[in-house]
Amino acid sequence: MVADVNTTARARRAIPENPALRLSIAGIRLPVWRKIWLILALLVAVVMPFFVEDFSVFQMTQALIFAMAILGLNLLTGFNGQFSLGHSAFFGIGAYTTAIMMGHYDITFYWTVIPAGVVCLVAGFLFGLPALRLEGLYLALATFALATAMPQILKYGHFEEFTGGVQGIDLDKPESPFEFMTDDQFLYFVVLLITIVLFICAWNLVRGRSGRAMIAIRDNPIAAQTMGVNNSVYKSLTFGVSALYTGVAGSMSAIIIQFVAPDSFTFLLAVTFLVGLVVGGAASIPGAIFGGIFVLLIPNFSEWVADLTGRTDAKGLSWAVYGMFLILAVYVMPAGAAGLVQKVTAKLAR
Amino acid sequence: MDLFLQQTFSGLANGAIYACVALAVVMIYQAIDHFNFAQGEMAMFSTFIAWQLLQWGIPFWLVFPICVVISFAGGVAIERIIFGPIHDAPVLSHVIVFIALFSIFNSLAGFIWEFTIKPFPSPFPEAKLLYTNLIGNHELGMIVVVLFMLSLIYLFFRFTPIGLAMRAAAANPESARLVGISVKWMLSLGWGLAAAIGAVAGMLIAPMVFPEPNMMLGILLYGFAGAVVGGLTSPGGAVAGGLLVGVAENLAGTYLIGSELKLTFALIMIVGVLLLRPSGLFGRVVVNRV
Repeated sequence: MVADVNTTARARRAIPENPALRLSIAGIRLPVWRKIWLILALLVAVVMPFFVEDFSVFQMTQALIFAMAILGLNLLTGFNGQFSLGHSAFFGIGAYTTAIMMGHYDITFYWTVIPAGVVCLVAGFLFGLPALRLEGLYLALATFALATAMPQILKYGHFEEFTGGVQGIDLDKPESPFEFMTDDQFLYFVVLLITIVLFICAWNLVRGRSGRAMIAIRDNPIAAQTMGVNNSVYKSLTFGVSALYTGVAGSMSAIIIQFVAPDSFTFLLAVTFLVGLVVGGAASIPGAIFGGIFVLLIPNFSEWVADLTGRTDAKGLSWAVYGMFLILAVYVMPAGAAGLVQKVTAKLAR
Repeated sequence: MDLFLQQTFSGLANGAIYACVALAVVMIYQAIDHFNFAQGEMAMFSTFIAWQLLQWGIPFWLVFPICVVISFAGGVAIERIIFGPIHDAPVLSHVIVFIALFSIFNSLAGFIWEFTIKPFPSPFPEAKLLYTNLIGNHELGMIVVVLFMLSLIYLFFRFTPIGLAMRAAAANPESARLVGISVKWMLSLGWGLAAAIGAVAGMLIAPMVFPEPNMMLGILLYGFAGAVVGGLTSPGGAVAGGLLVGVAENLAGTYLIGSELKLTFALIMIVGVLLLRPSGLFGRVVVNRV
């Protein structure tokens, strides 16, 4: 009987309230804080473009695009535990899908975003299928090969009719339909909207049944399989979804830069995403935003470093700075900026 | 037939380059079970050091050993300083640090020596040694040096106490530690050897591809392909795999796909071998216990 009582009691406590939710800082509970920060961030994101010059708006748009791509990589690496050094390839496929549709078939930009995502979903899924048999390092190797080969594939002579070969494709920015917004501001809000939608989707995906399956596969594939998770379906689907996110980001980048060329999608771009992922925080959704802002700001920072050494050209130096930060992140804050925030909150909360 | 022979031999010459890189990759893989994505950039950096020494007027056959020693020390230092502390960290951290080294070496080389292409002399004599046009002196010399290096490595691992200790440390770290082998120094030694082999590879390749910060990316990919084809557990296999990849690449380039898609060919080769025969041609099958 005693045992029975215990089981019922345990069953009633099956979904315990997260004790962290009851903690508070300065008398305000943590979930409320989270909402406050979210609203503040959104407010800044909406208001700021009206108070800065067009180039800064362009940079903010770029940060959002990086954040989207990093989120895609994070779904795969952070939440599902699969490596990819080849996400530059999917970014490129997304960008080229948009560029080809706009440049050759005169389709409006808005109608190319979803096809770009779908093409990448399929490409990612197909690449994910053989990748199923490759674990950890081998997958990193295969995706490394993909990233290295991508510019060459885009330059390939037989595709030149579509891809424009080495020259790439020039595009026109869509014009702002409103009088009170410049083209750049309008484009920024389009990208912001898509980013928000994608982030909400990712948030729901990760907290739902599929997300739990993804995380279970990352933590212990054999146990996950025993629990009835279909590992191969989930892994290749995650690869597809991750490629979709990165592809949509690529599509956006094609339109804001108004140009695509094979050499924009090299292995170093994949490294950029990885830097953003690690510095922002693996397996953290807000971390992708930190990551996006970080990779955007670093080139400026390295120009400053180059100035210190008395050289005028910072060409290439930003990669050394990226590298330093990567090593620093691995040693000092393995959970990235998001982990740092969490630690600080845990210290402050009572 | 002439074209076929010509392409096969020039493939062997390229293959010798890939074999060098593949050998270095396998050396590190043996020691720490990881691919060193920075291998190519380390070799490139060594090559630049050699170039700098040559600029200062030091003769080639003196530069060669100096550069190998510097690279060896550099490899040991990298292991001691950077990888030692995170030895037990998850795979992701290791891959990230490799990538970090990759970007640091790449951009530092560009920063110090600029991105312009530089000439690099061949150490081998100009005059014809063989009565054939199929293969140049430099290519032939390169193949000989690589095979010589391979036999040295074989002898080292097979017949010296340190070689035995290194094999033991790689095969079973716990037991090796119990019999008094310093496993961490064996790892550093492995890194040093790999860096030294990379330096030799870089100096041999440099007359053909010219020193430039990005000279190694494509070659590294082929090196990986060679290592995977030959089997990641076998140094001899890596050399054979590298030569094989060089020939296959050249023949495929001539008869099948043209020269534009050569890197894609490496991609297909890597994925294909990993899928069909993950242990490679000469590797042994590793069975994991659940």
